[in-house]
Amino acid sequence: MGGHKTYEESIRDVYKGLVLLAVVTLVEVGISLLGKGHLGIDVSGYGWLLALIAIGLIVLSLYKAYFIIYEFMHMRYEVKGLAMSVLLPTLLLVWAVIAFFQEGDSWKKRREDVKKRETVDPNAPSSTQEGFVIPEDTFVPDLG
Amino acid sequence: MAEHVIEHDVQTDQGNAWDGGKEPFKASYGKLMMWYFLLSDAFTFAGFLIAYGTLRFSSQTWPVPDFVFSTAPFGIHDAPLIFVTIMSFLLIISSVTMVRAVQEGHRENKRGVVFWMLLTVLGGAGFLGCQAWEWTNLIGTEHMTVTRNPFGTHTESGVYLGYDGKPGEETFEAGGSYLIHKADLDASLSDEEVVAGFASHGEDDHAGHAVVNEYGKDYGFMYVDDDGFIMRKFVVEEGESAGAVQMEAFGPKAFGGLFFFITGFHGFHVLSGVAFLLIILINAASGVYVERKNGYEMVEKIGLYWHFVDLVWVFVFLVFYLL
Repeated sequence: MGGHKTYEESIRDVYKGLVLLAVVTLVEVGISLLGKGHLGIDVSGYGWLLALIAIGLIVLSLYKAYFIIYEFMHMRYEVKGLAMSVLLPTLLLVWAVIAFFQEGDSWKKRREDVKKRETVDPNAPSSTQEGFVIPEDTFVPDLG
Repeated sequence: MAEHVIEHDVQTDQGNAWDGGKEPFKASYGKLMMWYFLLSDAFTFAGFLIAYGTLRFSSQTWPVPDFVFSTAPFGIHDAPLIFVTIMSFLLIISSVTMVRAVQEGHRENKRGVVFWMLLTVLGGAGFLGCQAWEWTNLIGTEHMTVTRNPFGTHTESGVYLGYDGKPGEETFEAGGSYLIHKADLDASLSDEEVVAGFASHGEDDHAGHAVVNEYGKDYGFMYVDDDGFIMRKFVVEEGESAGAVQMEAFGPKAFGGLFFFITGFHGFHVLSGVAFLLIILINAASGVYVERKNGYEMVEKIGLYWHFVDLVWVFVFLVFYLL
């Protein structure tokens, strides 16, 4: 722990870390404001750029997390087994993020569907109603 | 004889792992358990943040962070994300001073440990002060609560009604944000005086001293609900309901609860971190760790916790403010 470097070297590394984290944070705020159109450039029409900004923000945040864990919390100098026993379980969160965000997206679609159903006049003759197409992969019981 | 002694040493060295005296992963018990506590805490925070993401994904609109978080102390408005960036820097800097305290601990430098820990405590207290201001502003000035979210988003472009009840000059685009203001009550005013009051200071007045003479009343160009919240009316200009007169509504209800619970849970971590930092700071200053066999390891352990608080903020900052 720190024994791999001289005292002066490790102090210099700490302040390098401060500058690194500060710069990454400023870059994050900068591209976030760019994406929201605060820097005088209207990017709202460029979907790919907005997606790129979101991915960039996530990657930069993960980099900050990596840096804090490995340098400030000295994970770099711990035994590999310790690092893996702490870090590998967090991979479960990858599943959680995918599963729950997909679920959230599904709720949104259902809400839109319910809203649409509510706007259909139940008393109108069926020919004028838009109707809802049952998705092909849905099980439909044979009522005949 | 000498050979026998060496053999004996080797035996104890490689002896039964259950005999004790061996540190798994070459880390002390305290440090190892701190790591596993932090792992479990990370899952708690992840659960909260994933809930936030799921509800955000499930909503048609979501409050735009650069609109919600655009005020700062000393009357600064329209400064998106600036205040919260300052809060982030406070935590980053206090993380760095914590690393310095741990380094001085390795050198058994009592004065250095105390000095750098003191700066760390100041950084943490500064962060808490900023958060207190942020909450006070959201609750007191902007009337956001756990169950009420006054930050709404337009889904279609349109034009607000003027004071005469006809479409006025103020237009908005789809995706534009609005804040629902609260009106004060003064029953002695006439309807004309209410309208005149609105017309005189304009709709964009941040101070928001709108005054009405009755709650739960329709004023033509706006509706004031039973709690005094002003829902401005507008004419939709595009989409299926083009031409219809609609009224502003509160934003997704979940936002307030998620914001206060997640930033509050993080703030509580900062608060308890400051408390433990102070305890260890006082111990260090009174020379407790000079006597100890493992020296300043307590400083290392609280350091791990403090960096974790900074680490969580990286993700709170990402999901609440940046995205």
